[in-house]
Amino acid sequence: MARKLLLEHINVPGINTFDVYRSKGGYASVEKALKTMTPDEIVEEVKKSGLRGRGGAGFPTGMKWSFLAKPEGVARYLVCNADESEPGTFKDRYLMTYIPHLLIEGMIVASFALGAKTSYIYVRGEMMPQIRILERAIAEAKAKGFLGKNILSTGYDLELYVQPGGGAYICGEETALLESLEGKRGNPRIKPPFPAIAGLYGCPTVVNNVESIAAVVPIINEGADEYAKIGIGRSTGTKLISAGGNVKNPGVYEIDLGLPVEEFLYSEEYCGGIANGKRLKAVVAGGSSVPILPANLFLKTINNEPRLMSYESLADGGFVSGTMLGSGGFIAYDEDQCIVRNTWNFTRFYHHESCGQCSPCREGTGWMEKVLHRLEHGHGKMSDMDLLVDVSKKIEGNTICPLGDAAAWPVASAIRHFRDEFEWHVTNGAEAVTRNFGLAHYADPLPKKEEPVA
Amino acid sequence: MKVTIDGIAIDVEPGTTILNAARQIGGDIVPPAMCYYSKLKDSGGKCRTCLVKVSKGSEKDPRPMPKLVASCRTTVMDGMEVQNITSPEVIEARKGIVEILLLNHPLDCPICDQAGECDLQNLGFEHGAAKTRYEFDRRTFEKIDIGDKIQLHMTRCILCYRCVFTADQITDHRIHGILNRGDHSEISTYITAAVDNDFSGNVIDVCPVGALTDKTFRFKNRVWFTKPVDAHRDCDHEKCNGKVTLWYKGEEVLRVTARKDVYGEVEEFICNTCRFDKKKTSDWVIDGPRHISNKSVINANHYDFVPLPVVKTNPVLIEANKEQFERDTRL
Repeated sequence: MARKLLLEHINVPGINTFDVYRSKGGYASVEKALKTMTPDEIVEEVKKSGLRGRGGAGFPTGMKWSFLAKPEGVARYLVCNADESEPGTFKDRYLMTYIPHLLIEGMIVASFALGAKTSYIYVRGEMMPQIRILERAIAEAKAKGFLGKNILSTGYDLELYVQPGGGAYICGEETALLESLEGKRGNPRIKPPFPAIAGLYGCPTVVNNVESIAAVVPIINEGADEYAKIGIGRSTGTKLISAGGNVKNPGVYEIDLGLPVEEFLYSEEYCGGIANGKRLKAVVAGGSSVPILPANLFLKTINNEPRLMSYESLADGGFVSGTMLGSGGFIAYDEDQCIVRNTWNFTRFYHHESCGQCSPCREGTGWMEKVLHRLEHGHGKMSDMDLLVDVSKKIEGNTICPLGDAAAWPVASAIRHFRDEFEWHVTNGAEAVTRNFGLAHYADPLPKKEEPVA
Repeated sequence: MKVTIDGIAIDVEPGTTILNAARQIGGDIVPPAMCYYSKLKDSGGKCRTCLVKVSKGSEKDPRPMPKLVASCRTTVMDGMEVQNITSPEVIEARKGIVEILLLNHPLDCPICDQAGECDLQNLGFEHGAAKTRYEFDRRTFEKIDIGDKIQLHMTRCILCYRCVFTADQITDHRIHGILNRGDHSEISTYITAAVDNDFSGNVIDVCPVGALTDKTFRFKNRVWFTKPVDAHRDCDHEKCNGKVTLWYKGEEVLRVTARKDVYGEVEEFICNTCRFDKKKTSDWVIDGPRHISNKSVINANHYDFVPLPVVKTNPVLIEANKEQFERDTRL
């Protein structure tokens, strides 16, 4: 069993209180960082650890920190992005619910490293219980002198605030989050300038995911080299995966990056296989935005090598036969699930959540949703598949923020890999309303390397 | 800074956007813009029609940019190379954007007051496909009056945000804005409050489509039947200097607008008194006819030059058409 770094003490009763958390070695990284290290050393340490952003894009966190502009006399901000609203992802909520002090500890260290005197945790509005938990935890930490003025007599001041959002998916995009935090309509900003230059209130700002900030704690405690030993290649450390869908044991698991997906899906330690003895049909590996893969392509790469849970291995094959680690929202589909319906459902979500600022996403997501609705209900046409692929291409890359890409990828990939099922929905329209397509050939072993998979 | 757009090099000031650099060159290579408005700060970046391909980032960092960029919001770098109409990728993307912009647009041009001077109409004519692939109902809204002189027909709106920026930057307070999200977004006032401001009429001029129309002009005439004439008056409003275009039908002034340049952008914003209340020739000092590009439908039947008769080579036919030819070339 691999070592847990973030969820080590998750089962200790009362770990959500300051005293229990402290007795288990909590806030050691704050002491170490504030008393023995300079901010630059912390940034260097995080850089060396190879930690990559856990929110979806996988951008190296240390690099992001080193890009932060540091003009004299201008405040700098650290904002924690806890607006987790990707369908399929629930790792941050789990972390904040059960072990809130880990996030606060990480926030203190990260704020110190970046020189921020005020930091914010932007939590999605629906997560009211988590907001209360965090606020209680902040009050506890403040009472013990870990927040506020002159932390641990080192002369460093930090105020930490929790800001509830309005519950919009788009506010998880960093610039929309900053707009929302400033009290405006949550529309993504046009970049450049990037938040590292002009972010919150026009000041240099770093926006990090909850898990990225929490991961700073073990990096400081154990040292970057120890942390970098875990994982494989450029995917270092551990990652929280929220497994859902038709798996036997859904939940949040901390894995070492580089774990074979087969082990993650079938071992009793993690998902425990597919529920009710069914067979796997498809997997969305990293939250609804990433391309969906059929079972055979998910378990093995196109070159017949076993796929690993890492940024690189999941992306192996690019968009033709790969997917992405994303935010770790692992959704498994068994043979009884309908991919057309699932794609429609995802698109409905993106249609609903598009901010309406730029035209391709505003109009295109609605168009795709209507076409998919028609297909799902048996009124589709053969030309609809090509139309959907074309519309998704017109959206992808042409929008202000990545929501357009996120809406386009699941549709494009579902049609690429499950075209038979879409066509069956057209040819057997009446039947498609009453029963599903089934597993078909989606779990068959991959053909030999020479033959490209359709 | 030197920038090359579709193979044409130009020297521009640092901080210029690609779109403005292209406008300095002029001609076909200027990307169309539906939401960018040079007189309004922070406008642009939303409609995505001005997407261009940056094939070389700069002299220092020659890597191309990974995605198409919005030329109205991307500043030039020294040595940048940009492809607009020479890139098939850009043409394809733009065609897609035009189709997408027209998805929910009602195409009621025959009864729309903007027809003839509509940016979207021109854009669709130049870049769009003749048919749409969209087979669903379009979103519709009720017409609402925002203020007693302006009508909002949200069904036609393409959400360019220009009127929002206008209200923010030209008037002293804004009471209309975007409600809702996604394709339900609409421009509206807060609980049918009326837009009442000395400069509020300018939202009509900046609107690229017929969503915001002048109630004193609605259904009075088609723009191509009217005759634009530049005029001015001594306006006592401190921010308005009274330079306008009068649109005549016969002796009658049908409407007053600000003077618009070749990109359809106003030269100077005008106040509501000039726009709505001064509709007599005696109120104005006439400066002369307004020059409108001969490509515009407003100039229909008012050609700058008369095309020569097609027959040029056959002496017999030239002789037969001599009278006609002379009459046409004399003009």
